[in-house]
Amino acid sequence: MEQKNNGKTEARLMKGNEALAEAAIRADIDAYFGYPITPQSEVLEYFTREMPKRHGIFLQAESELAAINMIYGAAGAGGRVMTSSSSPGISLMQEGISYIASAQLPCLIVNVNRGGPGLGTIQPSQGDYFQATKGGGHGDYHLIVLAPASVQEMADFVFDAIRLAEKYRNPAMILADGALGQMMEKVVLPEEGSLPKHGNNWATVGKPSSRERNIITSLYIQPEKMEGINFELQEKYSRIQDEVRYEEINMEDADIALVAFGLSARVCQKAVDLGREKGIKVGLIRPITLYPFPKKVISAFAEKVNFFLTVEMNAGQMVEDVTLAVNGKRPVFFKGRMGGMIPSPEDVVTELESIIEKISISQD
Amino acid sequence: MENVITTNGFDVVYKKPATLTDTPFHYCPGCGHSVVHRVLMEVVEELGIQEETIGVAPVGCSVFAYHYMDIDMQEAAHGRASAVATGIKRILPEKYVFSYQGDGDLAAIGTAETIHTVNRGENILMIFINNAIYGMTGGQMAPTTLLEQVTSTSPYGRQHDLMGYPLKITDLIAQLPGAYYVTRQSVHTAIAVRKLKKAITKSLEYQKLNKGTSFIEVVSNCPSGWKMTPVESNQWLAENMFPLYPLGDLKVPKDK
Repeated sequence: MEQKNNGKTEARLMKGNEALAEAAIRADIDAYFGYPITPQSEVLEYFTREMPKRHGIFLQAESELAAINMIYGAAGAGGRVMTSSSSPGISLMQEGISYIASAQLPCLIVNVNRGGPGLGTIQPSQGDYFQATKGGGHGDYHLIVLAPASVQEMADFVFDAIRLAEKYRNPAMILADGALGQMMEKVVLPEEGSLPKHGNNWATVGKPSSRERNIITSLYIQPEKMEGINFELQEKYSRIQDEVRYEEINMEDADIALVAFGLSARVCQKAVDLGREKGIKVGLIRPITLYPFPKKVISAFAEKVNFFLTVEMNAGQMVEDVTLAVNGKRPVFFKGRMGGMIPSPEDVVTELESIIEKISISQD
Repeated sequence: MENVITTNGFDVVYKKPATLTDTPFHYCPGCGHSVVHRVLMEVVEELGIQEETIGVAPVGCSVFAYHYMDIDMQEAAHGRASAVATGIKRILPEKYVFSYQGDGDLAAIGTAETIHTVNRGENILMIFINNAIYGMTGGQMAPTTLLEQVTSTSPYGRQHDLMGYPLKITDLIAQLPGAYYVTRQSVHTAIAVRKLKKAITKSLEYQKLNKGTSFIEVVSNCPSGWKMTPVESNQWLAENMFPLYPLGDLKVPKDK
């Protein structure tokens, strides 16, 4: 995976969760509100240690419900704020996230995804893709969703997510997983203070006589008005499509495209190497933004490759978006592990070989 | 300007505070909400803190409180007003922050937030309107509904063996070390309104001391939900609610 080095030399060995928390402090967040849950508690613990020293606010809430509503209040008061949790906790936050999306408040939400459904397992998973990218709570809305695939990106994407959240006044999510949160890698941390703050003239900070009062709300009883808010949101989501990001690995001459994000993309990167050793001309398309989804690049490769294989740590979620983008031009296959299991690069290559064999038999 | 009553030769002794907007209240005739809104905004005007006050509206009949109060406000999800107020106050510790909630919002769905906000001693004012019923959704049983009280979801009267007991949450709140000032007031008479105003004034002044949460329960009425005239509802309130929810201070600052 590409490791961005912003011309600085301060490389450290850090856990993904801690790199993310340190990056958030360097991104000048005013406050963190959260609740402990494995496998993201290091985020909470890092803030507890560091925020008092570095003039930030840390508050351990009584629940994820309270935490996300503190985020609502604090973001509405103009603060740069974030929370983090893992799957069951993120489910609890969904009502609040819907309110935040509707009231158009910027904030960062981090989901260190673990296996589900239910209480599930504390092992890594990508089972929350639908929840993250399709809204998650009630009503028509989207988060901006970034999927890191390394500890470096756990840190870098904090800056990117906050920048996008504030640019569009929209909640942004970093969708990681238990492995990215827990694993240690070398990381070059972003520079402190390099993310400027802008005035929020819409925030509830106390109404001076010079302006009308500011109201943070998502309630519009008249359906005509509520539809107007929806049009405004949809127009914003169409502008957000410009922020799409992805990575292509060995796609120049590829006959076969793997599509994977996050940890699965790390697995697939190795699978590309193994496959090529066996003479399979395979490449990888890695969506970095899951919303907006990089459908154009996938659609373009549908003219070039023989088939797609989407690899995920779930029962097949992003594969639906890949299938929509491919739009019937080529077959789209899926390989997944669930419940906290991670596919191995060998699993992926075996799957590729089996698909190639089936296709050649059906062509005979 | 024909609608303006000139006051030449008279002293103005009572007027709408400038901190209330011109939007007519949507509340039912005789409802206590309008009185509490007005008193609260009178205090904000008298203390001169309109520019420094941020309010949080609940889900319930007072969901549109921000239509009437001419201050910056946020509308919270059902039960979460005190968490939202916590978020605001932590970001803006120098400002005056209040939450305004009904009984279902504060004492049922939001019980955890209520208890923990006060237990942290957040330096905010929490206003709790207790009319023993869910007014906005059409008169269902509330956590504070009295035993034997008839509502649309306790049509044979509230039975404790099936529906539990009325929750005296303000008594619970008063036990918490984070609570600085806890009082139970009403708006059923002019004298009660004046007492409430004093309590609100004290609470907002206390907020500058950073010594904990001020919590004001207002025992109020719901003429529509109770299916009574405003006068009957105020009589019923005095006869039936005060025995369980007696007026007065439950916790006063020790260092005052």
